[in-house]
Amino acid sequence: MNPKWRLGIAIGLVVTVLAAAIYFPILKRRVKRQAQVQQKSEEQARLELVQSLNAASNEPKIKAKLFWAADAQYSDLVANTVELPLSNDPVLRSKQVLNTLLAGPVDSELRTLPPEAALLAFYILPDGTAVADFSEAMANSVPSGVQSEQLAVDSITRTLEANVPQVRRLRILIHGQAVETLAGHLDLTGTFPVSTKLVPPSSAPAGTPTTK
Amino acid sequence: MAPVEIAGPSARISFAILLCVPLINLMDLMNPLIRRIAAVSLAGLLLGALAVHSQTPSAGPAAASTTTPPNGQNAATGRAALNIVVLDPAHGGTDPGARGSAGIREADIVLELTAQVRHGLETQGFQILQTRSSNENPSFDDRSALANSQTGAIFVSLHVSSTGLSGTVRVYTMPEMPLPPTTGGLIPWDQAQASYLPLSRKLGDAVQGELTQRFKGSPMNVQSAYVRQLRTTAAPAIVVELSSVAMEDKTDLDRMLPGVADAIVRGIVTFRPSYVTPGVPGTAPGAKP
Repeated sequence: MNPKWRLGIAIGLVVTVLAAAIYFPILKRRVKRQAQVQQKSEEQARLELVQSLNAASNEPKIKAKLFWAADAQYSDLVANTVELPLSNDPVLRSKQVLNTLLAGPVDSELRTLPPEAALLAFYILPDGTAVADFSEAMANSVPSGVQSEQLAVDSITRTLEANVPQVRRLRILIHGQAVETLAGHLDLTGTFPVSTKLVPPSSAPAGTPTTK
Repeated sequence: MAPVEIAGPSARISFAILLCVPLINLMDLMNPLIRRIAAVSLAGLLLGALAVHSQTPSAGPAAASTTTPPNGQNAATGRAALNIVVLDPAHGGTDPGARGSAGIREADIVLELTAQVRHGLETQGFQILQTRSSNENPSFDDRSALANSQTGAIFVSLHVSSTGLSGTVRVYTMPEMPLPPTTGGLIPWDQAQASYLPLSRKLGDAVQGELTQRFKGSPMNVQSAYVRQLRTTAAPAIVVELSSVAMEDKTDLDRMLPGVADAIVRGIVTFRPSYVTPGVPGTAPGAKP
């Protein structure tokens, strides 16, 4: 090989190694920062839950119906009555019941949603379509399978149906994104029916989407 | 020189347009009368090609996001009995599906089960197609497209759950779907299952009945679930799900497979006479009462 070429290649290699040595620590810092931001948003969601429960603590306690698994074999769902200081606002009320559902029953074998999952946002559109945005743990940690994924969604829709009559149907997002399936089986591209009951106009949700 | 085959209506139209370019250039040399006759002939040729294109049915999501409707309004020709079974071993490739603590992987078990179901159905005279036969992961749409392009086919998707009473098996179909409006003889791809739901339930009940006899604790009837794979399938379609990968010993699950395969075969044989289809892929399911 021509000595000039050899020198050129050697210089090129040195420059590449130097560039990589400078760039990799920067990249590592960025990845770390991104992970912290994600963790923060989930912590923020939990903080919002505590705040919303505190805000509603002045409200009279109401018997809320929450749906968890009937047995450890996931054969069906069963309604559990829990006394909660529920807000009259449908969005806040939905957040309260869903966060209690996520917190799970006393017997952890009967939980339908993963304990790591968090509700990041919830709003109701004027036509009664509710949009629930869950953290990635909802998709990553729910047991994979048609039975378990359907039971997870049923527990959410039946809990909303029993406690928030303004919700007609439900759309589920994962970390703000529309995804094809929950954990490889259940279709999340459409909406799930919640209630077909007519809601009196006085108790209808606000005219614009809210992200309280 | 070998003859060139112009395959597909789109290719034929492109070929016709390409032919027109030199002809239009030649027109400059013609007298006005011949030029007018040539222009009318060319217009006729293009319109004819377009008409052929509009009458050709779509063959899957890659061709268009629609499929031929299963209501029989446009399908006219002869009828054929159920003779093709599309077996879908779920997951595969980078997606292992459900995983148990003992190392059982859903993607591997369903491939073994598929081989056993295939053998049983072939001895009954069915033609079998598989959405995958090795460790690969076709998309949901690719799997559906395989069934949608057949005449007289049913679709059976095989799964193993990570929950449920060990040793039980459940069959699922889609819940009630609104019938999509048919526009120009086509229905939306993402609602392809809607018109096949009654037949899917009939097939599901037949298979579930056989499974419940063999595997105590399994449900008596077919269950409903919003399974992504079923929604885009224009054929009677079911999911069969075994419980579960949580078994401590893989041999317990292996022992279930011959019984599950036999029950699926018997269920399909029971369902067979009730399904008569028109002679066009994806058209009118004619369930006998």
